[in-house]
Amino acid sequence: MRESVFYYIKKNKLAYLSLYILFVLYFLAIFADFISPYPYDLQHRDSPYHPPTQIHFFDEKGNFHLRPFVYKYELVDPIFKEYKINTDIKYPIYFFTEGEKHYLLGLIPTNIHLFGVKEGKIFLLGADNLGRDIFSRLLYGARVSLSIGIVGVLLSFSIGALIGGISGYFGGKVDNILMRLSEVIMSFPGFYLMLALRAIFPITLSSVQVYFLIVVILSFIGWAGLARVIRGMVLSIREQEFVLAAKSYGASSLRIITRHILPNTFSYLLIAATLSIPGYILGESALSLLGLGIQEPYASWGNMLSAARSISAIASYPWILSPGIAIFIIILAFNLLGDALRDALDPKLRKNL
Amino acid sequence: MFLYILKRLIQMVPLVIGITFLSFIIIQMAPGDYLDKLKMNPQISQETLERLKQTYGLDQPILVQYFKWLINALKFDLGYSFSYHVPVIEIIKERVGNTLFLSITSAVLAWGLAVPLGIIAAVKPNTIIDKFIQLFSFTFMSIPNFFLAFLMLFVAVKTGIFPTGGATSPDYEQLSLLGKIADRLWHVSLPAFVLAVGSLAGLVRLVRSTMLESLQAEYVLFARAKGLKEKDIILRHALKNALNPFITLLGFEIASLLSGAALVEIIVNWPGMGMLMLDAVLSQDLYLVMGGLYIGAIMLIIGNLIADILLAKIDPRVRQREVEGVLK
Repeated sequence: MRESVFYYIKKNKLAYLSLYILFVLYFLAIFADFISPYPYDLQHRDSPYHPPTQIHFFDEKGNFHLRPFVYKYELVDPIFKEYKINTDIKYPIYFFTEGEKHYLLGLIPTNIHLFGVKEGKIFLLGADNLGRDIFSRLLYGARVSLSIGIVGVLLSFSIGALIGGISGYFGGKVDNILMRLSEVIMSFPGFYLMLALRAIFPITLSSVQVYFLIVVILSFIGWAGLARVIRGMVLSIREQEFVLAAKSYGASSLRIITRHILPNTFSYLLIAATLSIPGYILGESALSLLGLGIQEPYASWGNMLSAARSISAIASYPWILSPGIAIFIIILAFNLLGDALRDALDPKLRKNL
Repeated sequence: MFLYILKRLIQMVPLVIGITFLSFIIIQMAPGDYLDKLKMNPQISQETLERLKQTYGLDQPILVQYFKWLINALKFDLGYSFSYHVPVIEIIKERVGNTLFLSITSAVLAWGLAVPLGIIAAVKPNTIIDKFIQLFSFTFMSIPNFFLAFLMLFVAVKTGIFPTGGATSPDYEQLSLLGKIADRLWHVSLPAFVLAVGSLAGLVRLVRSTMLESLQAEYVLFARAKGLKEKDIILRHALKNALNPFITLLGFEIASLLSGAALVEIIVNWPGMGMLMLDAVLSQDLYLVMGGLYIGAIMLIIGNLIADILLAKIDPRVRQREVEGVLK
């Protein structure tokens, strides 16, 4: 089965590309502190809303430089944060340059960054209101946004698959109660339920607490739909002979469900998981965007976008919207991949698409 | 048919009990109770506090409290807002109109465009038009609607075509009736567009795939063999048989009328339910939060009920299975 999945994904160019993009993004997130030129919380108070610095190979006279460089940006209007490019001063970009100290993979202390300038500043995607580098924050924020999808899906799918399995396998009263429960959860509008559950807890929590709180809230909302589908599948799987065989040698019910029945739903779970990850990423972004999620100074794509809630900021400094583009790319990649997986694993759905 | 509706209504009872119970538990779990905040307010007298305590039964055991709350909630008496100092239902009533206006406009836009576009894509599969429609739907399915809202706000600020917030202009009261209508439509255009594009993208995909399936069916072949006009085949035979999933979706649409637009509302400053819920959460105004949650859930159940009834009315197969099954 595994070969055929890769075969289909390879054949589907877009899905293959998405897989690459996801791989690169996760790589960037893991090595964020090495790749980003600045730490996520380093403030350059003298350059708020610094525009993105263009990387040049040719200077203003048209001379080619082998080493790329950026020009100096001078703050000419401190009130409206207007900058002027000073073409007289160039800052060459060095690779493997020394910068702020960080711990690579959380273990190895080092102060080497992938790239940077020795003097002056480099803001690939501009800076925010406190002069923090948006590119660096984007990389650090990717850690939150990219991991929350996976952690959330793992949690809610474990719950959903287990409850669906129990419900379908035992049937009767257990089934009835569990399914009514899932209906209740599904009857609430997701966004409101998310807000209401968030309201139970204090607004100010540490970022780690909020991270897990978001995972728990999203999983609490997310398991119900999955459990219903899995239950439907289990209803037919439990009638098959290998289940009878497992019963006859005395396997416990839990063992039959987790070892014999649920593995048969694996291909569906994989498709559904890939297509559900965007929901978790969006949920986190939405909460953080509204100030109920990951708190400053920690970066997440959602709380970076909350700067854009001021209309005047969007108008004058549109580069603060770049986390939105990152969210778009990651969601597109997961959707394309999920679609390709569905085509590969589920021939019944393949016919028309 | 009447019996069928009755059966569905009876089935709803445990659901409503479950929803209200969960809502109630969420209130109970939150720190502090309803009166704690009122006690801080010197304007509220001791007698009022006592009266409120009795109305909501706060001195009684939790289950009794729950049933009191349930009976009140069924009468849409959802308690008293801490921050607005008026009954929750009053505040919700004020905001519901704006939200419904926005979501109905966007739903009409989305459905009005999705059905023809999906049919075009299905009738001519794998042509350039089809590829383009698919590309469009895939792209916009993946753009988070809050991000699209930000982008549109950026366009609005730069060009001035759209207003950048609110439901009406400051001089709304002075406008003539036509002016008022135009002003409202002008203000709703941006959020409605954002919401419509998002749901349009998903809908087009669904219309296309169900239409494709329906067009391959044998009755379509038969209709072709009879020499019917292509237009009649598509609209009267293929489309009619492809309708079922849309009826179910229409139910979801009704269900999400109140809550679907919440995040976009907040971003474009639309004075609707979304903003209200966010404010309520930020100020820990629990009864307001629960009120919104409860009404949203009731809408969802009603939406599903309407969809089921419509489905039974339109599709004789469903009618036979469900309605006559009840009578036997």
